[in-house]
Amino acid sequence: MNAIGKDMDMTSSNPSPVRTHSVSSHMFEGEERQKLCLDDETVSLDVRNLNLYYGSDLALKNISLKIPAQRVTAFIGPSGCGKSTLLRCFNRMNDLIDICRIEGEIILDGEDIYRRGVDVAELRRKVGMVFQKPNPFPKSIYENVAYGLRLQGVNNRRILDEAVEKALRGAALWDEVKDRLQDNAMGLSGGQQQRLVIARAIAIEPEVLLLDEPASALDPISTLKIEELINELKSQYTIVIVTHNMQQAARVSDYTAFMYMGDMIEYNDTDTIFTNPSKKQTEDYITGRYG
Amino acid sequence: MSFVNIKTWSKSGAPWIWLNAGAVAASMVMVLGLLLLIAVRGFGHFWPHDLMEVDVTNPDGSVQRVLGELTRSEELAASVLREAGVQIPKDALVIERHLIKQGNRDTLGRDFVWYLEPRMGELRYPVNAVMLERREWGNFYGYPLELKEEGRSIAQGDALWAELQARIERANAIHEQIRKIERQDIGKINFRMERLRLDERRMALDPNLPAEEVAQRKAAMAVERAQLDEEYASYGAQLEQLYRDVKRDTLVAEIMDGRKVNVSVANIVRASQPNNMSVFAKIGYYFERFGEFVGGYPREANTEGGIFPAIFGTVTMVMVMSIIVTPFGILAAIYLREYARQGPLLRLIRVSVYNLAGVPSIVFGVFGLGFFVYFLGGSIDELLYPEALPSPTFGTPGLFWASLTLALLTLPVVIVATEEGLARIPSTIRMGSLALGATKAETLWKVVVPLSTPAMMTGLILAIARAAGEVAPLMLVGVVKLAPTLPIDGNAPFIHMERKIMHLGFHIYDVGFQSPNVEAARPLVYATALTLVVLIVLLNLTAIGIRNHLREKYRSESD
Repeated sequence: MNAIGKDMDMTSSNPSPVRTHSVSSHMFEGEERQKLCLDDETVSLDVRNLNLYYGSDLALKNISLKIPAQRVTAFIGPSGCGKSTLLRCFNRMNDLIDICRIEGEIILDGEDIYRRGVDVAELRRKVGMVFQKPNPFPKSIYENVAYGLRLQGVNNRRILDEAVEKALRGAALWDEVKDRLQDNAMGLSGGQQQRLVIARAIAIEPEVLLLDEPASALDPISTLKIEELINELKSQYTIVIVTHNMQQAARVSDYTAFMYMGDMIEYNDTDTIFTNPSKKQTEDYITGRYG
Repeated sequence: MSFVNIKTWSKSGAPWIWLNAGAVAASMVMVLGLLLLIAVRGFGHFWPHDLMEVDVTNPDGSVQRVLGELTRSEELAASVLREAGVQIPKDALVIERHLIKQGNRDTLGRDFVWYLEPRMGELRYPVNAVMLERREWGNFYGYPLELKEEGRSIAQGDALWAELQARIERANAIHEQIRKIERQDIGKINFRMERLRLDERRMALDPNLPAEEVAQRKAAMAVERAQLDEEYASYGAQLEQLYRDVKRDTLVAEIMDGRKVNVSVANIVRASQPNNMSVFAKIGYYFERFGEFVGGYPREANTEGGIFPAIFGTVTMVMVMSIIVTPFGILAAIYLREYARQGPLLRLIRVSVYNLAGVPSIVFGVFGLGFFVYFLGGSIDELLYPEALPSPTFGTPGLFWASLTLALLTLPVVIVATEEGLARIPSTIRMGSLALGATKAETLWKVVVPLSTPAMMTGLILAIARAAGEVAPLMLVGVVKLAPTLPIDGNAPFIHMERKIMHLGFHIYDVGFQSPNVEAARPLVYATALTLVVLIVLLNLTAIGIRNHLREKYRSESD
């Protein structure tokens, strides 16, 4: 692990006293993990009785769950189970789909984000998102990271310089790109692009970071870097990750939700889900019997 | 080859490759052949051909000396000529005949004449034969005898040629002065006079103006008018003097039938002895004439001189059109692709727009004339230029209406290209921007539109290619055979959108099909066509250069 990781660990103001394990120890399965309990956590996103329809099809069925703050929550489940759809509810990306209709509430900072009059742009500044395929803008590396700040009207060169450096350091990309900030971002490798996209998302300092299969298009080494990064970032951000890769969910997440056909089957701390699931379906999926 | 072999051969896909390659080859041959033809005919026009002298026996037995350039030759079946009552040798099956440009339209009547090969004697290339390019009556071919200044003999024999060249240069310099005074100085005075007249008329049309102010302004106008009259008179006197000066010298020359003819040196543009020129001299002459063609003004009902106003008009019109069509097309495409609700109505609109590209261009011309020129232009005149009525300002065909009509014509091309460009931007890029808290408009203007500029440029390239070559609608909405002034000049407001323009495409039509002298115009048609093609290529290359630059700037995975 590089210096940034240590730095961030030291400066993190983690509200939970139980979380003292180092970053690297978390990377390996089977190692002793502090017992987590959902009831002890500060709630960041509170989903209440969420129903989502695509036209007349019910895609999410009465979902209720609490996403804990400054933890990594993973959504797992077979393709088409609705985990990405649920993720996109958190920053209202589903609004872009005309036929999509939502019932229920998602509470962030004490307010329902689907309430009338919510500024969606403002919401998305609080809830950042990283997509499956790296999608940097075909601009310079610098402009990619500065994009969100420029949207907020920040044009002061000094402030931007600082913010860009901070975000790139935060995404563990600074050392690789500091000498070519003005180069086109499309020239970076896939893994670097994905970290650049994460840097772009954290440059505007969101509360929540949504990761939609962030490593599925990457090679194993880039995947490892992203996972390390997720571990560092959770000291500052609430992270929700959708993944197909169960090892990845086990490695990076504190809590895991298993979804199947639009239903939330089981939601608990990751250790419990992977070692002692209470539902048969969950166990079948995790042991690879279907999905 | 056995049946099985043919089967495997066709299975391998080879026939398709041959078919496709054959189609490409056929297209290339056609395009290159076309370009080669107009290039050879067009470029060949400026080369100084040798002057041939030949004795031709007429059917009545008389012998006639012919001097001129060989334009082209062709073979005729002898039987056709016999039936036409032409006497030719009995055993001949095919007769060759030659078209000779003998010039001297003023004295000989016909400047292009066919002569039959059997009646022609031996060809000679006399060194002293001259070709004079004249401002009027086309070329002169003959043998110079004597140079006179106001009736007195100045030079004869060997000394004549150098003296003649010097005096042609002098005459040309004076002509240049005359042109400058007539076009610029007097043009400026006329422009100001017209403006003064319009000011006065506007004042008369305004009932609210107090009487003392009217009187005051009228006095000021009278002063200005007197001043302009004075300037005009002084230029008039200068012009008179110049015209007298230029007529000083006369060349006496013998033409092919032996008559002696006086040619005013003022009337000569260029004198040459093609039979006495080295290859280098010919090359120099060639480029001089080519330069005149590209940079000069037309003479003799467009059959001589240059095509500069047509080039200038074409370029100006295409530029104005681009400025109009680009924003309209892009905004329309953005609305259709990004904001309009997808549904049957939008599909109908889109199909209509696409089909607009298939409407014959003359229909656009009729629409432009009826709606733009008469309705819009007429309304503009009534509102803004009432003082000029009944003579129209914008209510008559002109540069602006021509550009606007072509913009309408090329709008579908720009819309389609821009829409395709917008559709090609990956949705992940849009989502990336939206997820950072950008609104739809911010995403559009900061990410999507910059990324699709190369596609917009592609649309513009297609639009330019189509517009620059369009003729039919332009004949109705602003292009004329001969425009007295360029659309951009030194008089405020410098760009005169209401002026009529000349256009290369129309110039080709006019010179080729409306000219009284088909043979004289033929090479100019090719040369003008070549210029038009080169111009379109240049305009396109510029646009393609800009597009490639933009592509490099917004390089993305999808490209």
